Amino acid sequence: MGFLEISNVTKSYGSTEVLHRVDIAVEEGEFLVLVGPSGCGKSTLLNMIAGLEEISSGDISINGRVMNGVHPAQRNIAMVFQSYALYPNMTVGQNITFGLEMHGVPRAERAAALADVAKLLQIETLLERKPGQLSGGQRQRVAMGRALVRNPDVFLFDEPLSNLDAKLRVDMRTEIKKLHEKLKTTMVYVTHDQIEALTLSTRIAVMYEGHVQQLGTPKEIYDTPANVFVATFMGSPAMNILPARVVVRDGRAMAQVTTSDGAQTELPFSQQTLTAWEGREILLGLRPEALTDPDGADRKSANIVPLRSRIEVTEAAGSDTFVTTTLGGRDVIARLRADAEATAGDMFDFAVNMEKAVAFDPQSETRIPGA
Amino acid sequence: MSHVTQDSTLRTSRANRVLIYLVLLLFALFYLLPFFVMLANSLKPLSEITGGNMLALPRDWTITPWLTAWSSAQIGIEPTGLRPYFLNSILMVVPAVAISTVLGALNGYVLTKWRFRGDTILFGLMMFSCFIPFQIVLIPMATVLGKLGLAGSIPGLVLVHVVYGVGFTTLYYRNYYAAFPTELIRAAMIDGAGFFRIFWRILLPVSGPITVVSVIWQFTNIWNDFLFGASFGGTAQPMTVALNNLVQSSTGVKEYNVHFAGAILAALPTLLVYVVAGRFFVRGLMAGSVKG
Repeated sequence: MGFLEISNVTKSYGSTEVLHRVDIAVEEGEFLVLVGPSGCGKSTLLNMIAGLEEISSGDISINGRVMNGVHPAQRNIAMVFQSYALYPNMTVGQNITFGLEMHGVPRAERAAALADVAKLLQIETLLERKPGQLSGGQRQRVAMGRALVRNPDVFLFDEPLSNLDAKLRVDMRTEIKKLHEKLKTTMVYVTHDQIEALTLSTRIAVMYEGHVQQLGTPKEIYDTPANVFVATFMGSPAMNILPARVVVRDGRAMAQVTTSDGAQTELPFSQQTLTAWEGREILLGLRPEALTDPDGADRKSANIVPLRSRIEVTEAAGSDTFVTTTLGGRDVIARLRADAEATAGDMFDFAVNMEKAVAFDPQSETRIPGA
Repeated sequence: MSHVTQDSTLRTSRANRVLIYLVLLLFALFYLLPFFVMLANSLKPLSEITGGNMLALPRDWTITPWLTAWSSAQIGIEPTGLRPYFLNSILMVVPAVAISTVLGALNGYVLTKWRFRGDTILFGLMMFSCFIPFQIVLIPMATVLGKLGLAGSIPGLVLVHVVYGVGFTTLYYRNYYAAFPTELIRAAMIDGAGFFRIFWRILLPVSGPITVVSVIWQFTNIWNDFLFGASFGGTAQPMTVALNNLVQSSTGVKEYNVHFAGAILAALPTLLVYVVAGRFFVRGLMAGSVKG
């Protein structure tokens, strides 16, 4: 039984079910990120945890107490909204303490709590201002302050960083992470940004079309995605997915792939279970960093395989150079060291880290068990 | 406000500017002429009007017509002047404006932030009240007022005007609150504020501009209404009906100077509301637009 238990929860509007039988158990102190493209149901699920939307069926409980039908104010939760939702007519100080006032906390205690939070978020000098006089980053801090001051069981974040510019977003991301490490409070965070999901979370639920596609640690999600959707949604650039045929040589499963000049090359799998797929088509999943130049290859990997293919495009991105080539008839992206000597139009010797390769069933697009 | 004007004006040449001001002045004069005639003639003895030029300034200045109109002119069969009717109008218009505005604000709040099944249909039906001609409802309204025991009384008139006005005020507030972010309401719910607390502490403080619009609209309409006043006023007739009785009397000498004074008296409150609240209205709109 988790601290925040979502069991068998569905949400329907009329006869359309938008969220299908979601089961997630969150332990106390975890940072769960709900990630997915827009319309996947992640915000709906968050609003149901908050009590802002009704649960069509199933149960949500927090700290052992079933919350179905309980008013948002009685759930001991706090929420940070995408638009910050600061009350425009109140000062920053009044904004932060409004919740305490509504819960009948005496004035002296409110002032003390406000001072603590203002110090923690370094907004002491802003307390007398109105939200209209604040910058985006400052508003964000005030919105966090309003949530923090309540000292809730669970923090809920609804895309809190998506209205900030790129640099500020990265800074605030780090601050939220620091805050979580300091407070150790359970947090549920909704975003469509996979980088935010991977960096912030202790666990991620990847959602698509109202289903939880995969629930796991960032490493599990990244290294062993449950299906092609998760594989391509998480990570940037996306995981390369290319058709391959399984052949077996000396009892070892190999992925037979067509290179850019039409030649067949064979890449040995590390996973033994794939011998059962001999002679059948699969989808091979290769992260861009698993397809690199020989000097940039992971030295700890026991399964680095050479691969010769023609470079079509190179994109220098400062820290890395991204190179496009063709494998199995698809464009694939390789991530090389920044100063790897790669020229568009030339043949290039890539190094493939097959330890990190995954294989998907081409019919169901789910990962083949053990692969 | 000066910086707003600076930012938004285009540079125009001196000649253009003179032309623009001339045209504006001409229009202003055109609109002010009737008022000048009324004011000038209300300050003349009757003989100057009947014997001379309507557009001339008074030769013998007098405020007697104003005093007569206010306290001793013959209204119907009583020589009471307009004073008691002015009081009737005030007693009618203040509660009617207040109640219809508050109801409109609450309706707008519910229709945008506490959505329920069929709310758009309900709103559409409420909009009908803006389009129904007054004459159609006279007889059913009289029946209802009679059954409620409010016929021919000020509370009866207040009820009639509230019922008629609430469609408009709901429209104003609903459209205003529709642009108000719902996330704020949700944040307040999580903070523990209830239905009325959210309305009072979150929505109402930012409702200034639309409240001014609603009050101006309601005040003008209710103060200027003649048909309901004449139909349901009974012994509590409003100013407009009394003014009609004063001006339209078919016996005796037509005291034009008293009529002019009475007409200005009847128009004064709405004029005042426009002058006072109109400035707040513009200020409110400006504050909203600059805030960004």
